[in-house]
Amino acid sequence: MVCKQKEAKVHLSHIVGDKMQKFDLCEDCSKAKGVDDPVGFSLAELLLNLGTAQESEGDGDQADVKCPNCGFTRADFKKAGRLGCAHCYTTFTDALEGLLKSMHKGTRHVGKVPQALRDGRESSEKVKTLQKRLDQAIATEDFELAANLRDELKQIKGRVNDLAAS
Amino acid sequence: MQIYDFLTPAAESCKRTGPQQHIVLSSRVRLARNLKGHFFPSYAKKPDRVKALEALRPAVEALPQMAGGFSETMENVSPLDKQILVERHLISREHAAKSAGSGLVLNKEESLCVMINEEDHLRMQALRPGLQLRQAWQAIDQVDSTLERRLEYAFSPELGYLTACPTNVGTGIRVSAMLHLPALVLAEQINQIIQAVNKLGHAVRGLYGEGTEALGNIFQVSNQMTLGESEQDIVERINKVLAQIIESEEQARETLVEKKPHLIYNHIGRAYGILANAHSISSKETMNLLSLLRLGVDLGSFPVGERALVDELFLLTQPAHLQKMFSEKLTAEERDVLRAEMLRERLRHLGRPEPKPKNADGTKLDKPGEAEQS
Repeated sequence: MVCKQKEAKVHLSHIVGDKMQKFDLCEDCSKAKGVDDPVGFSLAELLLNLGTAQESEGDGDQADVKCPNCGFTRADFKKAGRLGCAHCYTTFTDALEGLLKSMHKGTRHVGKVPQALRDGRESSEKVKTLQKRLDQAIATEDFELAANLRDELKQIKGRVNDLAAS
Repeated sequence: MQIYDFLTPAAESCKRTGPQQHIVLSSRVRLARNLKGHFFPSYAKKPDRVKALEALRPAVEALPQMAGGFSETMENVSPLDKQILVERHLISREHAAKSAGSGLVLNKEESLCVMINEEDHLRMQALRPGLQLRQAWQAIDQVDSTLERRLEYAFSPELGYLTACPTNVGTGIRVSAMLHLPALVLAEQINQIIQAVNKLGHAVRGLYGEGTEALGNIFQVSNQMTLGESEQDIVERINKVLAQIIESEEQARETLVEKKPHLIYNHIGRAYGILANAHSISSKETMNLLSLLRLGVDLGSFPVGERALVDELFLLTQPAHLQKMFSEKLTAEERDVLRAEMLRERLRHLGRPEPKPKNADGTKLDKPGEAEQS
């Protein structure tokens, strides 16, 4: 089936959920793809098939979902195995969720974050604590402290805005 | 300057060595990154790809690590030179198929290579000889941190770095090592190992990556999962798996020498016989036989210093490298004849392999890795 040249000798049935996929391969192809063991069967292909299998279940209502940013459709994804733009991850969240779960260790990013975002995250937390202290200072009528805190806040907010604008 | 003139000659590049060189040929860490606000390369129209390339290329060229490096758009690299880059493992086969709107930036030492507009806007990789995954990760992490000051990446706090294919989303990292595992193949244990590695969530591929054959008993082991695990954890997990594979290969070598010396030395001797005497030989057969010659070096049948020669021939006998030595276009048959000629010439000085006698003080074989460092 894969090379369409030699007689198929290896027949692999792969069950994903309630769908069964059958592969018929000649000996050479089966060796090349490592089908001696179903687990080793070329993982990328398998994962892709898995994705499409899941997709076809929901085809009825969601087949025509289109990414508002780039115009990419589910059918395009099915065909290419790749997405059109970064926004596709938001557009196709539902379809991707199962896929990501099946192919990765988790569904939330753990690891490196761009410095600019890390700074932004730290700043927004700092803003919150500063704001709290400012409110307290005003409540206790410690106006000198309040003035200092207000200046500090202004500075950080300015930096965050710069970042957002850049 | 043409890329071929820029590249270190094979004879030199094969002298680069690293830890565990007798089994681990090279280590690589690759990061996938995309620009915010641009469609992914395979979906973008050509003008958009060119625009992304124009934004990316100067930023990559400006990296201090790229000083004195090579930078070119793929339309200006000839098909033969692209194939050379594939044979050197500097670009993917997919990138070799690219033309206008894609680019390549390579540093002087050939330890850092950035593909622009491959599957993602940026595919940057750090390469090291032998087993040096941590060092490769640190090198590419640094490059990435410098680039992110100039470029705004497509990043989501939940999903991490957003990539064209969901298989790479999150860290966008691919950590891989190229392993030479002839004894595991000869002992017919390789499928068992591949299964075990797959079960741990790692991929095992052939010489040129996804969907390619394991020519020359060379296998690439890499992580499959990129989301939900930090870069450091991924590197460490692969390191553990590699340590086990290395141990298995070493054990398989020892067992073969002890229990089936006729089998293993028969393979090495025949490989030598054919390579040193053939008058026509294909690239595939050459790779498989050179693999056995390399094993012969590791087992002491040839001097340790000859490993660099074997590695050099492994590169020079591949189709594009061979073609590059001749001005006129060669047919496959002509290449086979010229390949055999080169092998006969380069192996002329090499004496016939003799099984290494057991050490006087014991029966254990030298660990080739240790012998090299002394």
